[in-house]
Amino acid sequence: MDTMDKVSFTEKGKGSIKNLKKYKNLLVELVRKNIKLQYRGSILGLFWTCLQPLLTMVVLSFVFSMIFGKNSVANYPVYLLTGRLLFDFYSGSTKKAMRSIRGNASIIKKVYVPKYAYPFSNIVSTFITFAISLIDLVVVIAFFNIFIPGKAIYITPCVLLAIIPIIVLAVLSTGVGFILATLQVFFRDVEYLYDVFCLLLFYMTPIVYTVDKLKLGSAAIVLKANPLYGIITAFRACVTGQTGLAGQKGLEATYGPGHLTKMFHLAVNTMTSWTFVYATIFAFVALGIGILVFKKKQDKFILHI
Amino acid sequence: MSKEELAKIEENDTEDVLLVSDEIAVKVDDVSILFNLNKEGVDSFKEYMIKLLKRQLHYDEFWALTDVSFELKKGERLGILGLNGAGKSTLLKTIAGVLKPYKGSVTVKGVIAPLLELGAGFDGQYTGKENIFLYGSVMGYSREFIASKYDEIVKFSELQKFIDVPLKNYSSGMKARLGFAIATAVEPEVLILDEVLSVGDAKFRAKSEKKVRSMFSKGVTVLFVSHSVDQVKSICNKAILLEHGKIIAQGTTDEVCAIYEEKTSKSLEAQMKDAVKDLNKVKNKIAKINKTAAETGEAVSAKVVKDVQVKVDDINREIGKAAPAAEEGDT
Repeated sequence: MDTMDKVSFTEKGKGSIKNLKKYKNLLVELVRKNIKLQYRGSILGLFWTCLQPLLTMVVLSFVFSMIFGKNSVANYPVYLLTGRLLFDFYSGSTKKAMRSIRGNASIIKKVYVPKYAYPFSNIVSTFITFAISLIDLVVVIAFFNIFIPGKAIYITPCVLLAIIPIIVLAVLSTGVGFILATLQVFFRDVEYLYDVFCLLLFYMTPIVYTVDKLKLGSAAIVLKANPLYGIITAFRACVTGQTGLAGQKGLEATYGPGHLTKMFHLAVNTMTSWTFVYATIFAFVALGIGILVFKKKQDKFILHI
Repeated sequence: MSKEELAKIEENDTEDVLLVSDEIAVKVDDVSILFNLNKEGVDSFKEYMIKLLKRQLHYDEFWALTDVSFELKKGERLGILGLNGAGKSTLLKTIAGVLKPYKGSVTVKGVIAPLLELGAGFDGQYTGKENIFLYGSVMGYSREFIASKYDEIVKFSELQKFIDVPLKNYSSGMKARLGFAIATAVEPEVLILDEVLSVGDAKFRAKSEKKVRSMFSKGVTVLFVSHSVDQVKSICNKAILLEHGKIIAQGTTDEVCAIYEEKTSKSLEAQMKDAVKDLNKVKNKIAKINKTAAETGEAVSAKVVKDVQVKVDDINREIGKAAPAAEEGDT
């Protein structure tokens, strides 16, 4: 009657592959729980995943087009939305991962569970809601193409290349998430500090503004040290062509012969530029450090939570 | 399960046969556990840096377990005795894999069902049904396996009516019932019991005890923590006695229980002696005060008299409390 395979975990922690296999279902259940419970009790439910970014886009584009004046960027709401969606995934997933160990202290203290399941399931569930919210981008671009013909954004097959910056972003978020989850167990301050840091990061990332509009001079290096800068720029280059960089502005409107080639060149150029290469290296280094730190400290968690 | 089978189990119950095989199920080898007890919790970064710079960052080391070793063969039942803080729960948590030994190793062969802290993996917002799948996954089971056991779990917990209600609306008894039903739905090879034989109301308690007993009769290896010597004697065939994280006695249940009883009665006796000593001290003081009062002719103030009387009453009460307990321990 016992259908379960009898795993003899002679030594827990070792034989990670076996462990991973055994607890695969835990990961799935935790992701399911995170998504199910996020909007439980609300009338619109999972629809909020799409509605919320759309509404914030309306608010932000209204406010910032008043500040910057009109026509600062063609199709400003689209520019804003691409940046915000990616940034929201980064900040949302890292914040949730950071709180996940303490948040599940009652379980971790009492039953054996592989601890990485908690931060990692939060990253995965946020990624899934992020993927759903990409529908917004389709809707908004379609809206602009239908109702504002002069400023249409033509989607090219280059959009498929956008998977690369998305993967880099996911790697970065996982790495940072694991580092923060470990730190937060030992120092609760990290939680509050990181909230403020994310606000700073929001303004240090070209989401509401374009880089060429800023007269930064040598201070630009601070902006470019932010790996999100390279990732978001690459994503925009693949999807809309709105890199916000001098010389490449307005490519989204240059539909005509050779548009696809131009878009392709833009995407490849952006992704081979040093900002994106730097962001990729940064992301994988963060992941390496995250896994290492988490693995080394996870047995001590129980003594601090 | 047919009636015949049930009858058979009950029969086994009364006989309580131990099915011991030569295979080793649990091996605890020189396990030590170290806790760092920092007096003032340093959990902010600022505090940490300040203390680090001032070199005040020393911890009080506390060995919750030192060099604990024992072996259990498949089918054996071990009772773990000890006073509060002796390290019983720490030992169980180490075997269950929650705590990692600082030194030494723990080897467990087969599926463990820790009946500790039932329902620790539950989520209040989730319904009973969703929680069955969540809790099952926390215990490392696949979704298909939990689905195959689902009906059995619901039936055993007697929560059919409430299975689609969020868990936050459950009573604590209902939660414990659900937790027990899930934890025992598997056919475990090693069962860890921490005095949880009392789940829910009397009816459910009888049912859960029966379930546990039926597992016994199938030759499960048991680790049982209890303060009740009678319970340990009725369940276990081996026992260990822990004191300050060390095994101070190991052997058959009767031997170890005898030592444990002696220990507990001794500690109660010691407490009683302390109390009597205190009382004598106070009595001497009263005599002294009375003497000085008589010699000097000074009147003892009403407040002092009252204070002394209160203290005497306190001590008398304490002795009154300790006496029956000590008697119990003696028998």
